[in-house]
Amino acid sequence: MATPLTLKELSKKEVLLTSGHRMCSGCGAPIIVKMVLLASEYPIVAANATGCLEVSTCISDYTAWKIPWIHNAFENAAATLSGVETMYRSLKKQGKIDKDIKFIAFGGDGGTYDIGFQSLSGAMERGHDMLYICYDNGAYMNTGIQRSSATPYGADTTTCPAGSVIQGKPQPRKNLTKIMAAHDIPYVAQASPSNWSDLVKKVKKALEIKGPKFMNILSPCNRGWRSRTDDAIMLSRLGVETCYWPLYEIENGVTKVTFKPKEKKPLVDFLKPQGRFKHLFAPENENMLKNFQEMVDKEWGSLLKASGTE
Amino acid sequence: MKLKGWKDVNPGAVCTEAGSALKFKTGSWRAYRPKWVEENCIQCLFCWAYCPDMAVFVKDGKMTGFNYDYCKGCGICALECPGKKGNKAIVMEEEGK
Ligand code: SF4
Ligand code: SF4
Repeated sequence: MATPLTLKELSKKEVLLTSGHRMCSGCGAPIIVKMVLLASEYPIVAANATGCLEVSTCISDYTAWKIPWIHNAFENAAATLSGVETMYRSLKKQGKIDKDIKFIAFGGDGGTYDIGFQSLSGAMERGHDMLYICYDNGAYMNTGIQRSSATPYGADTTTCPAGSVIQGKPQPRKNLTKIMAAHDIPYVAQASPSNWSDLVKKVKKALEIKGPKFMNILSPCNRGWRSRTDDAIMLSRLGVETCYWPLYEIENGVTKVTFKPKEKKPLVDFLKPQGRFKHLFAPENENMLKNFQEMVDKEWGSLLKASGTE
Repeated sequence: MKLKGWKDVNPGAVCTEAGSALKFKTGSWRAYRPKWVEENCIQCLFCWAYCPDMAVFVKDGKMTGFNYDYCKGCGICALECPGKKGNKAIVMEEEGK
């Protein structure tokens, strides 16, 4: 029988990511990984793109992973794991292995939206039976908060600093979840650690589907977001409630919004607690706030339309 | 603890011991310590679910305290704790006081 989805039941399982990792205090990424690993009823083999999660969970001889885990390079987590998955299928065919194993690749937004994008796109197109999970914190946090194509509009980073020339990142972030959906793979979803049961259900669902799957998960980073160490869950919740980070899934081309806030909060509720958006609240940047709100409204509107829940 | 030098590490940086990070205690990073106020605890387990450091002890589905060897003192658990009648079951206290 499947474990009922309550924290009480989940807490009886062993967490396969241990304490002693060196992610920053209050980081969102290990919370996500923990939830993903708890969701699985199968043995997992994981690959990790270079990034905070990779460098801090496996430092020389000290690994926080209790599952087989491989790091290769920044750009090729998906390619590496597709090779591992192919080997597994071959061994299965040869009768050398009979276990049902699932394959998960983890990458930050740098390793997914930018540097690892071609290998991710390729692995999805080739149809490997794997789940790729992006923990999206919206910049290259590991190397000192440089902008990525996931960095939100207006955010201050060290390579698009707010000052007299620009007011943070001039471009909006690229919508990777939609780009992955355009690969016509069987399952694509967005999740947030604040909504743990939605996240766990999506991972469970993805692991039951054969073929390539992609999940994009909002991952608060207090260093880069210039926020407090205790607000990772609060901010990811505000991301969801303002519809900055809508929770939805696209299964075999059918879009479904999985969480509709009772009352859609204004985007500023999500931006205000974060120092990276501080300059947007200067009177002269009022229209940037307006633009940003319009971008969010537009995406949310089109999602509601696509899912027929307008 | 004595950290390993480069000569002690396996070729190819292969780790052969799962979860060996447990040997590295991160509790010394902490500036604030979470204190559990049991009488306000409703056993929702949010603290366990949201702790990034797997530093909340749960036994038989019940929260039983913190693992101060690893808790980095982020305070997520305290912020998310609903407590009872508005009284938090986790409060952050400054270390060394
Ligand atoms: S303060 Fe942070 S690290 Fe410590 S137990 Fe609470 S959530 Fe975990
Ligand atoms: S979050 Fe608070 S009320 Fe819930 S189990 Fe933890 S200490 Fe108890």
